Amino acid sequence: MPGKAPWKMAAGATAIALLAAGCGGGGSEDSAATSNTVVIGIGEPQHLIPTNATESNGSEVLSSLFYPLVDFDAENKPVVVAAESITPDSKNTVWTVKLKPGFTFSNGEPVTSENYINAWNYGAYGPNGQGASYFFEKIKGYADLQSKDPDGEEGPKKAPDPKAKTLEGLKKVDDATFTITLSAPFAGWESVMGYTAFYPLPKAAWKSEGVIAEGFEDAIIGNGPFKIKGKWEHDSQIVVEKVADFKGEAPKVDGVTWKIYQDQQAEYADLVAGNVDVQTQIPIESLGKASADLGDRFKKSPNSTFQFVGFPTFQKEYQDVRVRKAISMAINRQEITDQIFLGSQSPATSFVSPVVAGYRPDTCGANCVYNPSEAKKLYTEANGPKEIKITYNVDGNHKAWVDATCNQIKAALGINCVGGEEPKFADLLSKVEKKQPVGLIRLGWIMDYPLMENYLGPLYSTDGSSNYYGYSNPTFDNLVKEGSAAATEDEAIKKWQAAEDILAQEMPVIPLRNGQNVYGYSTKVNNVTVDLFQKVNLYKIEVVG
Amino acid sequence: MFRYIVRRLLQMVLTFFGATFMLFALVFANQKDPIQALVGERPVSESQRIALTERYHLDEGFFMQYWYYMKGLFTGDFGTSMTGRKNWEMMADAWPVTLRLALIAIVIAATFSVTMGVYSALKRGGVFDNVSLFITLVLLAMPIVVIAPLFQLIFGIELGWFPPTATRDATVWQLLLPAIVLACIVIAPEMRVTRTAVVENLRADYVRTARAKGLTRTRVIWVHVLRNSLIPVVTLIGVDLGGLMAGAIVTEHVFNIPGVGFNLARAIKTEDGPLVVGFVSILVILFLFINLLVDLLYAALDPRIRYE
Repeated sequence: MPGKAPWKMAAGATAIALLAAGCGGGGSEDSAATSNTVVIGIGEPQHLIPTNATESNGSEVLSSLFYPLVDFDAENKPVVVAAESITPDSKNTVWTVKLKPGFTFSNGEPVTSENYINAWNYGAYGPNGQGASYFFEKIKGYADLQSKDPDGEEGPKKAPDPKAKTLEGLKKVDDATFTITLSAPFAGWESVMGYTAFYPLPKAAWKSEGVIAEGFEDAIIGNGPFKIKGKWEHDSQIVVEKVADFKGEAPKVDGVTWKIYQDQQAEYADLVAGNVDVQTQIPIESLGKASADLGDRFKKSPNSTFQFVGFPTFQKEYQDVRVRKAISMAINRQEITDQIFLGSQSPATSFVSPVVAGYRPDTCGANCVYNPSEAKKLYTEANGPKEIKITYNVDGNHKAWVDATCNQIKAALGINCVGGEEPKFADLLSKVEKKQPVGLIRLGWIMDYPLMENYLGPLYSTDGSSNYYGYSNPTFDNLVKEGSAAATEDEAIKKWQAAEDILAQEMPVIPLRNGQNVYGYSTKVNNVTVDLFQKVNLYKIEVVG
Repeated sequence: MFRYIVRRLLQMVLTFFGATFMLFALVFANQKDPIQALVGERPVSESQRIALTERYHLDEGFFMQYWYYMKGLFTGDFGTSMTGRKNWEMMADAWPVTLRLALIAIVIAATFSVTMGVYSALKRGGVFDNVSLFITLVLLAMPIVVIAPLFQLIFGIELGWFPPTATRDATVWQLLLPAIVLACIVIAPEMRVTRTAVVENLRADYVRTARAKGLTRTRVIWVHVLRNSLIPVVTLIGVDLGGLMAGAIVTEHVFNIPGVGFNLARAIKTEDGPLVVGFVSILVILFLFINLLVDLLYAALDPRIRYE
């Protein structure tokens, strides 16, 4: 039979392919199952260069590889860690950082002040396009490192190179000392330096001055208690192991496997099955059964997330403050956090998160208390719009609560309320930029450093980076600035609180919810805590038995 | 035969260029603000915007961008993803696991559907035939977004028979459950087609002749009947491979497999044009070759078919 040979060949090929498929995955079984290491679930980090790691996955991995200058105590006050001392001058403008002696990177290089200065210069230099470059904004000379496109983004001309390559405000004193000069006094600067962007980079990081060596990011070398084992296995895992002679506080575990998940529900399935030891954020879909599945290994702790809606100032119908207050009073926050978020978030009644020093509960006062009759009265008096819209991005799981909020507003005020759907956050922003009538804007904020200023500045100041709704009040701006320039933190907090009181009267936004870490862990580990930045405390966690 | 293959290969080149061009146009049309998409809800500083715009030629027109892409392609450079990684590196990471997954799924589906299809046809109208009809209808009616999490919950977590998730270098054992899920979407049609074809061929003249020659029943069914019945099934399996890749987007997500489906979904979400085009280009090539293979298999299965 002439046709028979190819037929056999096809069958043979399939068999070989199958065999290959079978052999491909062999020998990669977990060898860490019994050792003193833990598996912590994360999402794929976007970047691991500290000045480019702006999301929680990247900064969580980096927290195992690096030892920060400052960390935060239980009251969220900064405490020195890798630094011996951090001292400001009398005006809080020139800050002197002294490093603890004897520290090395995991490749053996000693940590010197140059490692910090070079890393920060790289982060601040505009053309490097680092995501966290705005952290260096307050340092003197930052503007000289940025370039502006002379004819706008669409124009044919290329942006010229910036004036300078290094920050004027960073000066090396000796190998263990350097100074940071700020362009304006800022009492809270020490707290700012607790962020991921302020880690040092070793000499091995550089191909030439100001250029990161190829492949460094995948096998990044830090000054922390752990070092990366092998390479960053993208979309799969990052394994870190203990540095043998680490000079700082030693963690109790010998290593961490950062297991990368695309989907939090898959991660939860693995948590229940015991394949992952810690999940820092249990998804809402799995929250209902978490208590039953995990018992007392299901925990909650506060984090800095703040969810709110803003009123665009360019829409006339929301200019009457009574309208804004009435809408806020028409929302039953407790019902939404209980029913939709199953207690994973809590109602917000202030304009900053409860995790920062200086937070006072209920600064929003009666405006954030559910009171449908008063809301209706105010709204009718002010002759508010007959229909309002809450615009949100559909890729962020916001539909359920926006619809619920709308229903509450409809019921309380007797008006129509619709949810405006935009595919992505960028679409929402471009509409806001063009001043299209988007109605209320759905927004959220995660802090970068634990200061009230990190909410008041970016969200409500006239030139705030995330003030998309265009709120502007000179008195408020001045109070925030005066607070930043105050001599002590207590004085600063007083000014900032005064600024927050203005927000309560003007209601430029409606505070809705504060986030919480809802986390769980396996029976294998103990002493698991998740901090404000949604990171597991790696120095406390331990393996049971 | 040889001339036929050469002709098909030349056609493939044209199809490939046409397909990538259309893809590029579609991705380009969908691209609004990839830089904002990359950073999520964080504000983008102007210098960051300038740097990224320049790096990815985002300020240039469609044809220039296509030109840069094609130029890169011919020098062996698939471009750089918006995440900063090399595209070929990401593809080298993602393709093996997806291919293995799809292969295991195809084998499971083909084995099940062919044996059960033949058996159903032989016992036409019997209990097995009716029960399998019912089961395949149920499977057909359930979308993969339902089957995948359901199977994961039942077999992965509640019963604990299979590991609930897999990784990139997963063992066959870890890939089995997702492969079964994938197979579910193609088992139903493949089995129905096998059954129908076998039923038809059982009545054919050549079967009567074969029996009359005194050949054993097993030989008649498994060699004579099956070979002729497999022609439509083979076509279907070829086409199904596309379905499997599409199904992989959901399955890979649920079972945490960092393969093609997952990367494609992420690339579309972050408006990562070069990456989408890169992955889909390979998908296109794969489709073209599978179609060619299927056509060649026809000739092997049916001697009446000749290619010139």
